[in-house]
Amino acid sequence: MSSAIIVGGGIVGCAVALELAQAGVQVTLIERDCLGSGATAAGMGHIVVMDEGEAQLKLTLYGQQLWQALTATHPQRHEYHECGTLWVATDAEEWQVVAEKAVVYRQHQIACKILDAAALYAHEPALRAGLVGGLLVPNDSVVYPPKSAVYLWQQAETHAAKLVYGEVSSIQPNTVSLSDGRQLHADAIVVANGQRCIELLPELPIRAKRGQLVITERYPSLIKHQLVELSYIKNAHASSGDSVAFNLQPRPNGQLLIGSSRQFDRTDRQIDQQLLSMMLRKAIDYVPALADVRCLRTWTGVRAASPDGLPLIGQHPEHTWLWVNVGHEGLGITTALSSARLLADQMLQRPAALDLQPYLPRGLQQEQR
Amino acid sequence: MSLNLVIVGAGPAGLAAAWSASQSKANVILIDQYDQAGGQIWRGGANAAPKRYQHLFAQQTKLRYLNKSHVLGANDDHLFLATPNGPQQLAFDRLILANGARELFLPFPGWTLPKVLGVGGLQALVKGDLQIAGKNVVVAGSGPLLVAVASQLKQRGAIVKALVEQAPLGQLLGFGRSLAGYPSKIMQAAQSLASLRNTPFYPNTWVVAAEGNGAVQQVRLSNHHSIECDYLACGWGLIANTELAQQLGCTLKHGSVLVDRSQQTSVNHIYAAGELTGIGGEDKAIIEGQIAGFAATGNYHAASQLAHKQAQARQFSQQLATRFALRPELKQLAQANTLVCRCEDVPFEQLQTQPSWRNAKLQTRCGMGMCQGRVCSGATQYLFGWGQDSVRFPIHPVSVADLLMESI
Repeated sequence: MSSAIIVGGGIVGCAVALELAQAGVQVTLIERDCLGSGATAAGMGHIVVMDEGEAQLKLTLYGQQLWQALTATHPQRHEYHECGTLWVATDAEEWQVVAEKAVVYRQHQIACKILDAAALYAHEPALRAGLVGGLLVPNDSVVYPPKSAVYLWQQAETHAAKLVYGEVSSIQPNTVSLSDGRQLHADAIVVANGQRCIELLPELPIRAKRGQLVITERYPSLIKHQLVELSYIKNAHASSGDSVAFNLQPRPNGQLLIGSSRQFDRTDRQIDQQLLSMMLRKAIDYVPALADVRCLRTWTGVRAASPDGLPLIGQHPEHTWLWVNVGHEGLGITTALSSARLLADQMLQRPAALDLQPYLPRGLQQEQR
Repeated sequence: MSLNLVIVGAGPAGLAAAWSASQSKANVILIDQYDQAGGQIWRGGANAAPKRYQHLFAQQTKLRYLNKSHVLGANDDHLFLATPNGPQQLAFDRLILANGARELFLPFPGWTLPKVLGVGGLQALVKGDLQIAGKNVVVAGSGPLLVAVASQLKQRGAIVKALVEQAPLGQLLGFGRSLAGYPSKIMQAAQSLASLRNTPFYPNTWVVAAEGNGAVQQVRLSNHHSIECDYLACGWGLIANTELAQQLGCTLKHGSVLVDRSQQTSVNHIYAAGELTGIGGEDKAIIEGQIAGFAATGNYHAASQLAHKQAQARQFSQQLATRFALRPELKQLAQANTLVCRCEDVPFEQLQTQPSWRNAKLQTRCGMGMCQGRVCSGATQYLFGWGQDSVRFPIHPVSVADLLMESI
């Protein structure tokens, strides 16, 4: 394989572009708007190790390690900030989850610290009274993804990768057609355009999971860590209906990002006021001082969700020339680098650091193609 | 059930619309962010407005006035408001947008110094309680507002050191001739100019830099004059506040909301009037407001009676746009390190390499700070020819508590 076209210039597409270009592949990246402007720009940029299953934990941990290596020389170019994640327990049931999570993290040599109520308030005095405790995962971090996407692209460009602006209308064997009639050819085609992948490959088992976020003015001393509710897991992965979960991030410049919400099968940009209100009520419930914080902006973004919550990374089961890296749901920033590495390993027939089996494209709907 | 008509903005256009609409059976709700109606032009409430509209300021009319209320966003039939009583959703059948314009700011070295203000900004401060008597002021930029403000400043005892207009003299004379059909405008202009007869006037000239230690002390002009001053009032013209119209899906053209003869926008039940549809000042605002108020309440006959005046007002607006068109030299004023976005401290050089407004926002955060691009988006459009990006809710920054809507 000597040439590849990558569809989608988000963080995943840019990471794949760099992996392949570095290995000497002639790379063409296609972007419809501007680099890192879709779900990449819409998310929180939280680099977080998630422990819902062994495969997810390994992919996110590997992702975090690659992020640490990438940002080591110029952390500022990514606005990299190791704020850590603090999982907040509100009751005895969630306190039990803290203990279970700590066991899992320690099994994988991931630093973490159980905080009782007193320690929790010492770390985050703005949390409301009456909480039980929490789990601090200190090496989790945040980046500003649009800048990272461009950084990855600029690195790829030094390895002769080319960027083409245009909207992909269809994919045929070794050929990508753009809506303006242009056609591009390559040995391999990689689909890495997030939720829009189903417009090109309707057989992929990907659903839209829309989110809404709020960003505030600068309140540099309100919180120090990314605060996440522990019931996040049950809320976030509910398979139907609208849901909200408390997720509050301190940006390095003092702004706060308030999340999160999920809505299936919606891709429009109209803010759902009712869901926004629910989300903000929840945030105020955890951090009462948020009521008086000034909001600058809200926006929506569309995650690409797979049925089992794991991305699809690898060769299309029916076409040897077609590869996918989609379905990262809410973890696309964390898993961009690890999934790109694992995809390149497969395309270039290199040994991979992880067992690939859980991530291989699966669950395709045969009859729709 | 009578029609719910909501009017956003209680300046001349909004009040004129309310006046026309109040001749029908419609429930009229007028919303404004300030305590008193009147907008920028009739700032100061009822006494500043013509007699015909003064009764609208009174409490006993059936008009409901929601003052100190900000429109945060909208969908097809509701506005989302932040009011002194908390967040509120307001249903409408018809909507008239009359939320005016703001000043265009162009970056030049020193434009961020204290006491460098917009002409409208200084005008508002002086109408408030800023003591300007005895202060040296340079008024610079473009457009009739410069003359009007300079004249007002002088009346309040300011020493207007210079009136600096970027348009060439030939264009200004052409503008003067075009006023022939507007006796009232000639009177206004004549009064203002008479009061400025001893004021140095520099046409075809513009500010190159403002300099000073801690605040502006001196202004350098393109004609190589340097003038000492306590204040520099700059006005490069006005740009329409189109954010709400954009969020409602109204079509824009050259930065203005596109309307038909009945002031209806591209969205069926939404009308626009005044500066939103093209900068044209008080007379255009009143005529368009009246037409919108009539048309939105189904009184098409009354609306059509005003067609001639409407055409005249629009012609005047065209004259303003062409005679005071900004010259290309103004795009060259910013230096590499001149800030363009004051909220996020983004200098000119960081923006020069960006291909689009969206790119610039994502990569430099230009326009993403406190003012949400209200100040710099006009400048970046002019400097780089960038188009508009999508408008985010809320249009006006408010507290989290102000976003907690009751369920619909």
